[in-house]
Amino acid sequence: MSLRTFELEIMRYDPDKDSEPRFETFSVPCEEDWVVLDAVNYVKDNLDRTLSYRWSCHMAVCGSCGMMINGEPSLSCKTFMRHMPDKIRIEPLANFPIERDLVVVMDDFMDKLASVKPYLVAKEKKAVEDGSYLQSPAQLKKFKQYTLCINCTLCYSACPQYALGEGFVGPAALALAHRYNLDSRDVGRSARADVVASNEGIWECSFVGACSEVCPEHVDPAGAIQQTKIASTLDYFKDLITPGRDK
Amino acid sequence: MEMTTTDIVIVGAGGAGLRAAIAIAESNPDLKIALLSKVYPMRSHTVAAEGGAAGVAKDEDSLDNHFNDTVSGGDWLCDQDAVDLFVEQAPKELTQMEHWGCPWSRTSDGKVAVRPFGGMKIERTWYAADKTGFHMLHTLFQTSMQYPSIERYDEYYTTDLLMVDGACRGVAAIEMRTGQMRLFRAKAVIICTGGAGRVFPFTTNGAIKTGDGMAMAYRAGVALKDMEFVQYHPTGLPGTGILITEGSRGEGGILVNNDGYRYLQDYNLGPPDPWPRKKAMELGPRDRLSQAFWHEQKKGRTISTPHGDVVHLDLRHLGEKKINERLPMVRDLAISYVGVDPVKEPIPVRPVVHYTMGGIDTDIDAKTAVPGLFAAGECACVSINGANRLGSNSLTELLVFGSRAGRGAAEVAMAESTHVDESAIEKAAEEARAKVTGLFQNVGGGETISGLRKDMNSTMEEGAGIYRTEESLKDTCVTMKEIHARFANIDLEDKSNVYNTDLLQALELGAMIDVARAMAVSALNRQESRGSHQRLDFVERDDEKFLRHSLASYAGADDPGVDYRDVVITRSQPAERVYGGDQK
Ligand SMILES: Cc1cc2nc3c(=O)[nH]c(=O)nc-3n(C[C@H](O)[C@H](O)[C@H](O)COP(=O)(O)OP(=O)(O)OC[C@H]3O[C@@H](n4cnc5c(N)ncnc54)[C@H](O)[C@@H]3O)c2cc1C
Ligand code: SF4
Repeated sequence: MSLRTFELEIMRYDPDKDSEPRFETFSVPCEEDWVVLDAVNYVKDNLDRTLSYRWSCHMAVCGSCGMMINGEPSLSCKTFMRHMPDKIRIEPLANFPIERDLVVVMDDFMDKLASVKPYLVAKEKKAVEDGSYLQSPAQLKKFKQYTLCINCTLCYSACPQYALGEGFVGPAALALAHRYNLDSRDVGRSARADVVASNEGIWECSFVGACSEVCPEHVDPAGAIQQTKIASTLDYFKDLITPGRDK
Repeated sequence: MEMTTTDIVIVGAGGAGLRAAIAIAESNPDLKIALLSKVYPMRSHTVAAEGGAAGVAKDEDSLDNHFNDTVSGGDWLCDQDAVDLFVEQAPKELTQMEHWGCPWSRTSDGKVAVRPFGGMKIERTWYAADKTGFHMLHTLFQTSMQYPSIERYDEYYTTDLLMVDGACRGVAAIEMRTGQMRLFRAKAVIICTGGAGRVFPFTTNGAIKTGDGMAMAYRAGVALKDMEFVQYHPTGLPGTGILITEGSRGEGGILVNNDGYRYLQDYNLGPPDPWPRKKAMELGPRDRLSQAFWHEQKKGRTISTPHGDVVHLDLRHLGEKKINERLPMVRDLAISYVGVDPVKEPIPVRPVVHYTMGGIDTDIDAKTAVPGLFAAGECACVSINGANRLGSNSLTELLVFGSRAGRGAAEVAMAESTHVDESAIEKAAEEARAKVTGLFQNVGGGETISGLRKDMNSTMEEGAGIYRTEESLKDTCVTMKEIHARFANIDLEDKSNVYNTDLLQALELGAMIDVARAMAVSALNRQESRGSHQRLDFVERDDEKFLRHSLASYAGADDPGVDYRDVVITRSQPAERVYGGDQK
């Protein structure tokens, strides 16, 4: 198999030693069918054992290997070397604090995910013995796309609003709230509205759409946010007509 | 050392760990739970499961059918009391997942849809397109967020179980962000750390599946059961080992050799009906299919590629619409990773290490022989999988036995009025810490992690692969013993505290070496062929001697000792496994 050599310019930062991030360059012979993650693994196994980054599945579903690759938030396991120029710059995902090298601090994202109450709120608790809820393929289709988020946080790296650091709940978490709101089995929308329609929720989004562009799973969080805005506006007017409706 | 006192520690936040946590929270919200995981829960490898989860769903199906398929699929090495319990609980657990919002695929009348799977007589595999594990894991994780008693410790690498007076009363873990060792004191501990496929070079298993929990329990004195049984999945992508789900054959995909011939008909799996006949041809069990590949390869009827020999999985006749609807991920993976669009071309595939049937010896209640210690999921061996797991039984297994482990641990925690003495557990934790700091003391031995890993991978593949012999296994046992000794000569390059993956990979390698040795020695001692364990020198199944579970016990530098325990047979006497047109 033919080899092509790439220069990987990788951002390094070890809080125990470095006062600020720096770049280090590695020369990596790559096979034709490699992805960027394979090249990074080559560095770790053969050139520098101290390089830190996250990865696991190597099939674009665990969501852990997101990195900035030549300035683009990308999954390194799904970015192919054959599409890359000879020199590649690899940095940790933008808009997150760096923990070490390519590892970022995930706390804020995890908190935001939990804040939208991402679980099914049923009208009444049904016993397992009573069987499943009925849900037509059409009802499933309504929210299916928004279940596909792998929590890779690429959209947070791409989002200009999240970059401001003003507490924006962000694309993936809002899309997840929307997923449950659209589920025919769920009645939790008003409980989620506290966060979703708050000052830090949907109204913060300036609809740049960068999130949907980088999303490797085609979740379209921008679309979810837009739809939620419309639904919330309708709620607002419905409330004016019939105050106190189903809160 | 900083100590956290809780009621129950769960190590592992994959499907089994999350299910256990929810079971505890639901059975008693006052019990405090510490859920430790070396990765964020949604990164756990349950996320990669594609095809589905088995549980009787159709009127014309029955629990007996599921029982019989599982027991014969496992070549009668399954404990039948456990299988009975499993098939009975399966539909309930899957329905519970539905109530929690799992987006199961549906039939036109709104019911949960089921698809055929290998070795299953009737369609009973619940699926969410071809991302079933992904949806189950995210549903469980999201559901778990509503229980305040579940305290998560994400990115905590557990190194040891802490034993006090012969009982397990906590764990020692490295907080990866700071590198600090932390002590968790509890009344019960549940291990849910998943499988160990990374012991082999070519596997569908993610980087995190390194058998850590198996090794922890093993070193703490629990036997590893049936470790010689390692499942090869017949359809992995060459090069990466990425899985192409059995669901694609459930939907009608066929396997052909270099002549375009459906070769499985030559291996007692025919006739080659144009429609998918259950338990025949491409819907035969995985062990048989992977073994058939091996024979085709020997006959020179496979297709050679730079990443090894392959056969073709042809889905073209399903058409673009069905492929997009039922197998969207398969299409995407094939296009991305081998440049083949299954709508237009057959997918190159080859057998790939997939699942560890063996694991931590537990009983039907997910209890181990050590008081206070439970295990569930792929790391455990109950055993419902016997010598060959049927596809789609393990996602269900982690629900059924995950919740059982949770409830069992809750009972233990409620029965214990006090925690063990601080000083006693601190002593155990200090020993665990000393082992880790010991790794930092470079000895100048010159061994590297990647070097040892490579040597382990290749000897396991060569000696303990699809087909094994006394000679090949003996070689592997000797080589693995050497690798175990060489491990002491590893020098860590990374001395930092923060997110030190050099250290973590060393610990993972240590776990894999112990697990690999248990596999190889158990395989050497089992002088018969059964399910996934095929010996060229003992080609027959030998019920007289080996209708028994093997139990490997840890012996440090020496090879493990291997004992045996009778299989629980309740109502299905061992018989010939018949697939294809000959089945009744
Ligand atoms: C590609 C693929 C497809 C599959 N498809 C199917 C299918 O269609 N149907 C089916 O039934 N089965 C399938 N399986 C098998 C099934 O997915 C697994 O057996 C199952 O998901 C294992 O779940 P688990 O909870 O036991 O472990 P995992 O999901 O692997 O979770 C293990 C957890 O333990 C944690 N952990 C491990 N070590 C440590 C440590 N030292 N310290 C702290 N935490 C630790 C990890 O962080 C993780 O959270 C598939 C498997 C693969 C690989
Ligand atoms: S919405 Fe898309 S980009 Fe954002 S976290 Fe989810 S999968 Fe990643």
